[in-house]
Amino acid sequence: MTRRQIMFALPALATLAAAGGFYAMLSGMRRGSFDPRGVPSVLVGRPVPGFELAPLSNWDKPGLSSRDILEAASRRPVLVNFWASWCVPCLVEHPQLMRLAAEGVPVFGINYHTGSQTDPGATAWLRRHGDPFARIGIDLTGRVAVDWGVYGVPETYIIDRRGIVRWRMAGPITPEIQDEQVRPLLAQLA
Amino acid sequence: MHALVLALLLVALPVTAIPAGAIVDPREMLPDPEQEARAREIGKGLRCLVCQNQSIDDSNAGLARDLRRIVRERVAAGDSNEQVIAFVTDRYGDYVRLNPPLTAATVALWASPAVVLGAGLLAVAAFYRRRRMIAPPPDLSEEERARLARLQAE
Repeated sequence: MTRRQIMFALPALATLAAAGGFYAMLSGMRRGSFDPRGVPSVLVGRPVPGFELAPLSNWDKPGLSSRDILEAASRRPVLVNFWASWCVPCLVEHPQLMRLAAEGVPVFGINYHTGSQTDPGATAWLRRHGDPFARIGIDLTGRVAVDWGVYGVPETYIIDRRGIVRWRMAGPITPEIQDEQVRPLLAQLA
Repeated sequence: MHALVLALLLVALPVTAIPAGAIVDPREMLPDPEQEARAREIGKGLRCLVCQNQSIDDSNAGLARDLRRIVRERVAAGDSNEQVIAFVTDRYGDYVRLNPPLTAATVALWASPAVVLGAGLLAVAAFYRRRRMIAPPPDLSEEERARLARLQAE
């Protein structure tokens, strides 16, 4: 190859490489597996942080503590989902949570930054869209969310049978993420 | 043309309209001015993860407010600045620090100014070397001299 040919080929190759990179990024963003603003979780690989949260009043589900999570996780891997009634992306992932719960996966809910213990928004939301949660804890001040490293809702964590956090998703669980990441990991950890 | 200018202005406005002042809610402040100053200083170095290029001291997001409260609690409890920052990075990772520490993952970031400066110096050196290597043009031949004299005489 002559110097001249190399000078012509280099920009073409660089453009191709950039196109490939952008394609991977965009398809990842569309599927929800890549988030350019995403912050990796430091909790993955660590035990569940200790906490104890009161239940949502006017709703027939018990509150949630780290002991409840560990107890359920000792039998099979569990999902912990931070959500809020004012959170629009939570609505996107709600059918997936309903499906996983119907299949017997324990799904625990932590209601993020509720205005009060009796959050009429949350109960109306659950009544309207269905309640996938085995237990619901009310994080009034967002303090428990900070201990988990939550920076927005929805966020979902998968806890293995030893009580170690194995996976974190910041953003809604789309049907693609459910099939490509959640189900295989749950099967692997079972 | 007017429409284009207007469109550009509209695009630029949200960027320039961000208030520059820090958010100080008197209800959040610590009674001890020295501790309050320390909490503000720590807050300026912590990234708000919702609006990622603002510090928690500048941001009015709910998460920033929660973190400001936690920073003040830790300061009031007697933690050193390093302990407070460690408390937050323990939950959100080093990304939460606006001044990233030197680690294996950030070596490229810290080394980049030196790399760029080095590349620039190399380019300048190569430029001067090449200029020296180009031989000066040969002297004019008799024929050319005669032609030049003729042209100048005209």
